[in-house]
Amino acid sequence: MQYSDILRFARDAATAYPLRTLLSVLAMAIGVASVVLLTALGDGARRYVVGQFSSLGSNLVIVLPGRSATGGVNPANGITTTPRDLTVDDAAALLRAPAVQRVAPLAVGTSEISAGGRVREVVAAGSTASFMAIRNFQLAQGRFLPEDDWRSSAPVAVIGMTIRNDIFGNQPAVGQLIRLGDRRVRVIGVLKSTGQGVGMNTDELVIVPVALAQALFNSNTLFRIMIQARGREQIGAAKVQATAIIKARHGGEEDVTVITQDAVLATFDKLLGALTAAVAGIAAISLLVAGVLVMNVMLVAVTQRKAEIGLMKALGARGSTIRQIFLTEAAMLSLVGAVTGYLLGQLGSLVLRQLFPVFPAYAPGWAVAAALMTALVTGLLFGILPARRAAQLDPVDALMRH
Amino acid sequence: MTLIALAAIERVFHLGETDVHALARIDLTIAAGEYVAVVGPSGSGKSTLLNLLGLLDQPTAGTYHLEGRDVTTLSPDEQAEVRSRRIGFVFQSFHLVPRLTAAENIALPMMLDGIPVAVREQRVRQALLDFGLDKRANHRPDELSGGQRQRVAIARATIMQPAMLLADEPTGNLDRATGEEVIHLLEALNAQGMTLIVVTHDATLAARAGRQIMMEDGRVKSDVSHAASTASTSA
Ligand SMILES: Nc1ncnc2c1ncn2[C@@H]1O[C@H](COP(=O)(O)OP(=O)(O)OP(=O)(O)O)[C@@H](O)[C@H]1O
Ligand SMILES: [Mg+2]
Repeated sequence: MQYSDILRFARDAATAYPLRTLLSVLAMAIGVASVVLLTALGDGARRYVVGQFSSLGSNLVIVLPGRSATGGVNPANGITTTPRDLTVDDAAALLRAPAVQRVAPLAVGTSEISAGGRVREVVAAGSTASFMAIRNFQLAQGRFLPEDDWRSSAPVAVIGMTIRNDIFGNQPAVGQLIRLGDRRVRVIGVLKSTGQGVGMNTDELVIVPVALAQALFNSNTLFRIMIQARGREQIGAAKVQATAIIKARHGGEEDVTVITQDAVLATFDKLLGALTAAVAGIAAISLLVAGVLVMNVMLVAVTQRKAEIGLMKALGARGSTIRQIFLTEAAMLSLVGAVTGYLLGQLGSLVLRQLFPVFPAYAPGWAVAAALMTALVTGLLFGILPARRAAQLDPVDALMRH
Repeated sequence: MTLIALAAIERVFHLGETDVHALARIDLTIAAGEYVAVVGPSGSGKSTLLNLLGLLDQPTAGTYHLEGRDVTTLSPDEQAEVRSRRIGFVFQSFHLVPRLTAAENIALPMMLDGIPVAVREQRVRQALLDFGLDKRANHRPDELSGGQRQRVAIARATIMQPAMLLADEPTGNLDRATGEEVIHLLEALNAQGMTLIVVTHDATLAARAGRQIMMEDGRVKSDVSHAASTASTSA
């Protein structure tokens, strides 16, 4: 029998029994759709977290004052001294490290902001122009801090969206003068709203030049030094070099902690990746159930079409031909079910993304491929038994006792 | 020329403790082109004999030569090939595939044999004309009368130009007039040289055949040929 004939014959047979065909297609579709949808959820969660972390800035290395608790005691230094503060000069020195691309000092404190009779408490951050590139800030209006000498305390500020709305309402903010502590500063830019994420909420932030911030807080220490390494593979080198430079500047004492965002990120990435795989595995069980259903449906088909099978044998069909016909039919049911399920799953993911725009619910390619493959393989595997039963049917019995 | 030669054929069915000898030591030869009616009481083994002749069933003992070839020793695939090329079946209950049209039912043996569509279509068209079904080509079996259904079945049985046509009570589900029509059709095919073996309960129908084989308890009780006007009785 020619393949085109087998295909057509199997298709006609499947459509001749719409209810049972619909049932097995539906079972297969639900199985595949659940794999697609659940992995879209799992991988969406992973992407969301990874995205949140990278929104902190890419290739980020952060220097904190003080030795971390996990660090050993330096035996060269018998006497434990209180850690020295980080200064703007420390930050400037880090620019010499070859693996470092950008450095931004960060001084943080609270202050009072007032304009047009409104007053509110804010978190003020003092930094430099590089801060924007390192932290991936997006501007809604105006511009960021100028590329000035770090010691210049130009009276300018970039404010978060919430502050902007609180202080100015629907009046233009850029160009306006505000009072920050005891200084008058001009608003030169507004940050795009990011919502609550990992790290500090920039919507409630006022950013000013670092020298101005230190004058405001009356302190010359830094909260952090933010470093951007030259590339992903340079992060380790940047960490080592930054540690060495600060150590040299602090009288040979390693009194800072240098952390990389990469390490934290990798852990989350792995964890959520495993979660997605586990969820996919659980969903795959529904594919197995669908396979069993296809088998049942095909077994019913063999019983229902006993006379037809007997007839085909009488007309000279080989056992292998009959096996092929029934296997093809099982494969067709699985294929149509798998494709339907794939489309349903993608549709479901789309709806999810529409409902939760921040959540990137895309099923990973490997999951989709695995779901489709599993659907086809289970459909075929579970089609083997009914097909063999059909092929082995005794023609006399099939024809006479019908 | 001898078409069929059965030697000491037995067919035993095991039903629990008891053995049913559906066929007991049948010796029989049928020449090409013969018109044979098989008669006998219910349960005498007529259908069993026909199924054996059509290679749908295997004898428990004995040998079956078809066109000089021992077909009892063939593999299942080889037997399928013989069924496809040399044997045509007509059943009492027609056995048409309900979802296929008349034309598709007639084409079924050719499709199973892998014959190209073009050849199939041409042969089916001819068969539809030959059997007066050209207006029914695209009708499904449930849109056809009993007589038309059986004509479709006969067209299907003969589309591969087999050496013999085996019909098990082909008129059993038809009224008298339609039944006669079908018999005339089969006889016309026999007149063209096709060996015709018909199982029937109908004495008048059987009388039309050139040879009557009377079965009883799995044996050939009498075997009468009109044409040659020789009668032989085997038991
Ligand atoms: N598959 C089977 N299993 C057991 N016994 C069977 C089987 N097929 C046929 N028989 C028995 O073999 C004997 C012959 O049956 P067969 O069908 O050949 O009779 P028949 O002459 O065709 O009868 P009828 O005129 O009623 O069709 C009967 O006794 C029947 O019960
Ligand atoms: Mg019978």
